[in-house]
Amino acid sequence: MPAVSKGDGMRGLAVFISDIRNCKSKEAEIKRINKELANIRSKFKGDKALDGYSKKKYVCKLLFIFLLGHDIDFGHMEAVNLLSSNRYTEKQIGYLFISVLVNSNSELIRLINNAIKNDLASRNPTFMGLALHCIANVGSREMAEAFAGEIPKILVAGDTMDSVKQSAALCLLRLYRTSPDLVPMGDWTSRVVHLLNDQHLGVVTAATSLITTLAQKNPEEFKTSVSLAVSRLSRIVTSASTDLQDYTYYFVPAPWLSVKLLRLLQCYPPPEDPAVRGRLTECLEAILNKAQEPPKSKKVQHSNAKNAVLFEAISLVIHHDSEPNLLVRACNQLGQFLQHRETNLRYLALESMCTLASSEFSHEAVKTHIETVINALKTERDVSVRQRAVDLLYAMCDRSNAQQIVAEMLSYLETADYSIREEIVLKVAILAEKYAVDYTWYVDTILNLIRIAGDYVSEEVWYRVIQIVINRDDVQGYAAKTVFEALQAPACHENLVKVGGYILGEFGNLIAGDPRSSPLTQFHLLHSKFHLCSVPTRALLLSTYIKFVNLFPEVKGTIQDVLRSDSQLRNADVELQQRAVEYLRLSTVASTDILATVLEEMPPFPERESSILAKLKKKKGPSTVTDLEEAKRERSADVNGGPEPALASTSAVSTPSPSADLLGLGAAPPVPAGPPPSSGGLLVDVFSDSPSAVAPLAPGSEDNFARFVCKNNGVLFENQLLQIGLKSEFRQNLGRMFIFYGNKTSTQFLNFTPTLICSDDLQANLSLQTKPVDPTVDGGAQVQQAVNIECVSDFTEAPVLNIQFRYGGTFQNVSVKLPITLNKFFQPTEMASQDFFQRWKQLSNPQQEVQSIFKAKHPMDTEVTKAKIIGFGSALLEDVDPNPANFVGAGIIHTRTAQIGCLLRLEPNLQAQMYRLTLRTSRETVSQRLCELLSEQF
Amino acid sequence: MGDGWAHVQNRAGKTRLAKWYMQFDDDEKQKLIEEVHAVVTVRDAKHTNFVEFRNFKIIYRRYAGLYFCICVDVNDNNLAYLEAIHNFVEVLNEYFHNVCELDLVFNFYKVYTVVDEMFLAGEIRETSQTKVLKQLLMLQSLE
Repeated sequence: MPAVSKGDGMRGLAVFISDIRNCKSKEAEIKRINKELANIRSKFKGDKALDGYSKKKYVCKLLFIFLLGHDIDFGHMEAVNLLSSNRYTEKQIGYLFISVLVNSNSELIRLINNAIKNDLASRNPTFMGLALHCIANVGSREMAEAFAGEIPKILVAGDTMDSVKQSAALCLLRLYRTSPDLVPMGDWTSRVVHLLNDQHLGVVTAATSLITTLAQKNPEEFKTSVSLAVSRLSRIVTSASTDLQDYTYYFVPAPWLSVKLLRLLQCYPPPEDPAVRGRLTECLEAILNKAQEPPKSKKVQHSNAKNAVLFEAISLVIHHDSEPNLLVRACNQLGQFLQHRETNLRYLALESMCTLASSEFSHEAVKTHIETVINALKTERDVSVRQRAVDLLYAMCDRSNAQQIVAEMLSYLETADYSIREEIVLKVAILAEKYAVDYTWYVDTILNLIRIAGDYVSEEVWYRVIQIVINRDDVQGYAAKTVFEALQAPACHENLVKVGGYILGEFGNLIAGDPRSSPLTQFHLLHSKFHLCSVPTRALLLSTYIKFVNLFPEVKGTIQDVLRSDSQLRNADVELQQRAVEYLRLSTVASTDILATVLEEMPPFPERESSILAKLKKKKGPSTVTDLEEAKRERSADVNGGPEPALASTSAVSTPSPSADLLGLGAAPPVPAGPPPSSGGLLVDVFSDSPSAVAPLAPGSEDNFARFVCKNNGVLFENQLLQIGLKSEFRQNLGRMFIFYGNKTSTQFLNFTPTLICSDDLQANLSLQTKPVDPTVDGGAQVQQAVNIECVSDFTEAPVLNIQFRYGGTFQNVSVKLPITLNKFFQPTEMASQDFFQRWKQLSNPQQEVQSIFKAKHPMDTEVTKAKIIGFGSALLEDVDPNPANFVGAGIIHTRTAQIGCLLRLEPNLQAQMYRLTLRTSRETVSQRLCELLSEQF
Repeated sequence: MGDGWAHVQNRAGKTRLAKWYMQFDDDEKQKLIEEVHAVVTVRDAKHTNFVEFRNFKIIYRRYAGLYFCICVDVNDNNLAYLEAIHNFVEVLNEYFHNVCELDLVFNFYKVYTVVDEMFLAGEIRETSQTKVLKQLLMLQSLE
């Protein structure tokens, strides 16, 4: 038993460990442990005081038992006693026990903290080290409360030993991570930065980690670290391989410290000082040069250490994204690694190149490696390497190579690992849509996806193809023909039945002229799949059938027979039964005209951010996808949400709902009213995604602004980084708005500064008061800002909300119009018909009336219109206008200086799809503004 | 690394060392180690030394029957941690004179000291083998 002799005197411990190892069964082990526990318990309880050695030995045995996976419920007190021993070995076991078996027993914490305090004050570097390591290992809030003030002092004191400084730096780092609020910045911060200059490279190594973490949260305070880090790095990079002695690892000078310094520099933009910047560029060039030199050793340790520094340097080059020369050199270097025999290097090169692809300077250079990457997809043995190859192909894709990349991904999908199929499906779907020049290619690609990997095609993907087909009439005939052909296959995926059912229900008429795809053939083809499908798909097919009744009167009888059959009318599923009953009834009682109206072709979907993209982001975490998309600046402004074969009146959901949206992503979708018999299941999914349109800057924000005229809550702005939500309430001339800023990334926003900007004109009429918000917004966090609003006098413009912040080193600047509009200060007024017309006449002065005639932008739905007028703020007066199709409203605009009575009348003309809107108020500017605002709503 | 953990386990899945740099309860710790074991042991020499795992990545290296694993943030430098593992193993080898698994079992309480000298709060504390060994010998003399 050689290891026992290696033991340092705790012979009892070594024997016990040997015993445990010799146990033949779990039962024997438990028996031996219980015996030992009983022995230790009796020793601890015994009358005889134990000496330090025995106490240490027993505590160590307890620790061993705990580490084997058994519970320990005693011995803590004895461990705490060991902390006050003067012998290192006893103290060490005590601290180890505490660090491994922490629990928040308040009685003990006080004793432990007391012992730590004594050791910190002992001036004995060994004891100070043990105490600091214990704090760093436990990192509890109680310890932070007790020591967060003390440790910075130890760290920067002139007489502290180097090894204690190293421990103090990282101990402070741990406390800062767990309880940042308890570690106040102070005088010590500038002295900590100067540790970058310390003679002892171990101190620099530890301090750099601390400074990096602090600088991420307080970039201004630690700005001076940039030039110090650059000069330190420069000294390392230019040193001969033997200069740094202890810190040279396989001929590479201080590799870990170099990596840490390069990471610290990634907290900042490129240095402003040209001298510092020049020196840094020299360093980066030197690192890239070294990669081309012959290796000083054949050992993998040498190349790993060298490449660790190289990859970090490349990360910094990409982070700065400002030196085209370095970016292209980095790309060439990575290109060499793509064919390296080391799998690790191929993997890392693929990963790193992915971020290079998003830089405009290196995108083209990355693209030249396409064949190598495709080859990696086919030949790599490690799935994680293939995954990186897929990521890189996705990142390097643009219009010039989309067809090739999509084809390669599709062919890879046939054999791809199950774990990454769904992601590949999403990526193919996104690329096919984004770079489709010819939408027949897009339709083919998606149908191929369903054929190859139907199980991995999520709702978002097949919803999407339907939206696109509906929005592009040039592809509808082709889509109908293609799905019809695909459905001929004896076994086809249920997702294909869904897409096929939906598309034929809408556009089957486009291919009905061909006898091979006559209406009856189409119906029989779909119905042959019916019994194999799940309930939601059957529900969808029933909707297709009722649409066929409208499209093809000749199959009405056949379809009615199907609907009438017991398997439909008496189906145990309430959704199917209800559809069958209602559709049958509809087909029987409704005239052709009514059928044609109710079952009209779906109107185009509103353009929105791709829901597939949103899904991919969710899968991959926001940052990964965000960077790519942002950098390419190619927003696929497309439709969103999921369709279900809905009847024409369902289109009401595509207009903003007057019911208040909930803040955030999980916004409740508006539930459509009308013939679709159910609000359950698929229908609710129609707009399951965020209700907001993507608005990068002013242009899109205009649309969003309009959507808030008739509502007070919802998402005002959203891009890949930031979401801005609003919640507001108004009473008379006062209002209060809560603005919610959500950080959608996992990275902190720094210097986060929202500002409200009002023109002089506006400032005189609208008073806004708010407090600044916290300048850091943590990843995933939301901060709110309250704005107190007073309307002084009537106004026309809207305030602008400007948000500036730093995200991962880049400066972000977003401006949106804040929807504080005059109509928010409306109080509704109810009045009878007689009163209304009397006042109407009183306001007949030409300046008091403003009229606008405009084309309907949304379907002309009575209920929606009513809701909007109420949302606008005026009362909706029923039975006032002699023509029941018209809408009239009345209310008072409250300002500090005046109250202005307002009357409005909206006359729809269904045939011409036009409206006439008339506003009469006692003030010309008010009539003008209200008319502008309201006329944008229909 | 910052938040994360490091552990050493043998091929049978027995844990020989575990250091946690973020809060988990004991059951969770056991589960994580078992999951990592399942992921890592099926990989061969042609595979990379990196595996994505939950929100982290595992950087690991096998020495005889022992797997040394470090779990770090996905943005951390893979090769730097891979070599940090090797640096640690070389120190153990020097300290225990040709280290083997049994040394880690019988001297588990000393191994923790070695770790704390080289890694603290999940960060690399000291990389010089000379300095670490000098400190360890000094501590040994205090026994």
